[in-house]
Amino acid sequence: MQQSAAESGSVESGAGVPVSRFPGSERIKKLLPGIGWTFLSVGLFTLIWEFAWFMGWADPKLLPPPHVFMGDLPSQAKNFNTAQRWQIGTGTSDAPSPGMAVLITIFSSTYRVMLGLLCAAVVSIATGIAIRYWSLFGKLTLPTITLLAPVSPIAWLPVAIFLFGIGDAPAIFMVFIALFFTMTLATITQIDSVNVNYLNVARTMGASKLQTYTRVVLPAILPGLLVVLRLNLFGAWMVVLIAEATGVGYGLGQVIMLARNTFNPGLVFFTIVLIGITGFLFDYALRLLQSKILYWVPKGQGSLG
Amino acid sequence: MNSTPDNAIVCKDVGKIWAQGTDRAHEALVSLDLEVKAGEFVVLLGPSGCGKSTLLYLCAGLESVTAGEINAFGKPVREPAPERSLIFQESSLFPWLTVSQNVTFGLSLGSANAEERRAVAEDVLSKVGLLAAMDKRPDELSGGMRQRVAVARALAMKPKVLLMDEPFAALDVQTRAKMQDFLLDVWRTSNASVLFVTHHIDEAIALADRVVVFTSRPGTVKEIVPIDLPRPRDQFSTEAMQLRMQLTELLSSEVERAFAEQEAIL
Ligand SMILES: Nc1ncnc2c1ncn2[C@@H]1O[C@H](COP(=O)(O)OP(=O)(O)OP(=O)(O)O)[C@@H](O)[C@H]1O
Ligand SMILES: [Mg+2]
Repeated sequence: MQQSAAESGSVESGAGVPVSRFPGSERIKKLLPGIGWTFLSVGLFTLIWEFAWFMGWADPKLLPPPHVFMGDLPSQAKNFNTAQRWQIGTGTSDAPSPGMAVLITIFSSTYRVMLGLLCAAVVSIATGIAIRYWSLFGKLTLPTITLLAPVSPIAWLPVAIFLFGIGDAPAIFMVFIALFFTMTLATITQIDSVNVNYLNVARTMGASKLQTYTRVVLPAILPGLLVVLRLNLFGAWMVVLIAEATGVGYGLGQVIMLARNTFNPGLVFFTIVLIGITGFLFDYALRLLQSKILYWVPKGQGSLG
Repeated sequence: MNSTPDNAIVCKDVGKIWAQGTDRAHEALVSLDLEVKAGEFVVLLGPSGCGKSTLLYLCAGLESVTAGEINAFGKPVREPAPERSLIFQESSLFPWLTVSQNVTFGLSLGSANAEERRAVAEDVLSKVGLLAAMDKRPDELSGGMRQRVAVARALAMKPKVLLMDEPFAALDVQTRAKMQDFLLDVWRTSNASVLFVTHHIDEAIALADRVVVFTSRPGTVKEIVPIDLPRPRDQFSTEAMQLRMQLTELLSSEVERAFAEQEAIL
């Protein structure tokens, strides 16, 4: 009895002091296993690939191992050409350095994804709310939206090019159109599943329709909508890559197309790695945003992990 | 039956058929007569599914009757009003607002400024003993605390009638006993009438001026049992024991009927 008390006392002081001395360490400790497993998983995958190459099972011309396509960054970077020599006032030597060109390429794609996602989110949430708020508007628009929702975004590609030519606009339009219909429908689903008690409380307290929507419905549907947004992030990346591959200006999709046309598998894999890392960081940023905006949602709920 | 302003709530021959006119029509209440006097504490006791919640929704004005009439202080109930506050079985606090913001939600819809809201929040939260939890969020509170906040939110609207739908059902026995004492305190100081739904015979005996026992569905009043014991009540007194037996008797015959009916349907 006495012994166990002494033991627990020493454990407390032993564990309690260092934690309070380094306030951030607790968080890092929680993150470490996750990071460790990520590295282990990627490392294992790389190792198998390298092993297959080493044993001669994988043809290095078709499936170059990671040390080959990740090994020589400068020569890979040379494939990223963002020089705008056709623009007036740009000298022939004004091309950005290869490293810069890689960053500019990544940034261009990211920018399209982000802007498209933002437009789609704002417009579809507004449309979804309007459909439920004004039932006439809903009756007029909902059938069309429901019909168009299952249309593959690829089908919109010609429309995007007819309407916007080349550049950022068609790619952003593609993201927008790919997400708009599903996100509008998702908004409506969210509105319909708002806890009826919340609405009853608002009614009993004498809330007007506008107040009910702004003060109760909107915060109540936000967690679900952010999950939908995160799930659609991957769709947005896909659409941007496709749009870029068909030629809307430089971007990661364009580089992949270039790699295909010049038969450069190494460049394909290099770009895939870049896309993977960017997409991962993007999702991480959205998760941070989620936990900032949705301070009231308990961890592990409405966040899909 | 009179509907003078003396009576907080008067139900006259009330009937409710859910989804009336469809093939899913479902009779929940039939020819129900009930009076709740101003300042009175009435408890509704009845088997599960007999229409107790339905009656509260009708009294709150969240649903409309399909037969008969409900009056509150002499005026027909047509829509919800802050003077008739409904407190739900499960917590219905807004998780995105703090406790004090939740409590003053109704005031913030009108023209009340921040100072007035703060004063009211402090007033009602101190009544329910949760002044310290003012700036917490609902998910940081225990179930019992959340229900007290829900009561505080109702009180902030200065209600004349509190409609309570099994508000303490999810709580453990000790917490529930505490909450009952607390509710009686609030009731005494606020002069409001209370219409309180429960499954628990002990809870009914602890709280009520009158216990209204429902029949099984379609629900109507089976018997009204007045409880003329001084508060605080000793639940082991002979009178309380006798009442417990009487209410158990009344209830179990209805529960048996409800079960037999459900089995016949299945
Ligand atoms: N919104 C609704 N739409 C259709 N039917 C309903 C609705 N709410 C309740 N009912 C039906 O009305 C009947 C009475 O339900 P109610 O919820 O009033 O019972 P209750 O006495 O409160 O039961 P419990 O004690 O289990 O809460 C039930 O048969 C139920 O199925
Ligand atoms: Mg009920």
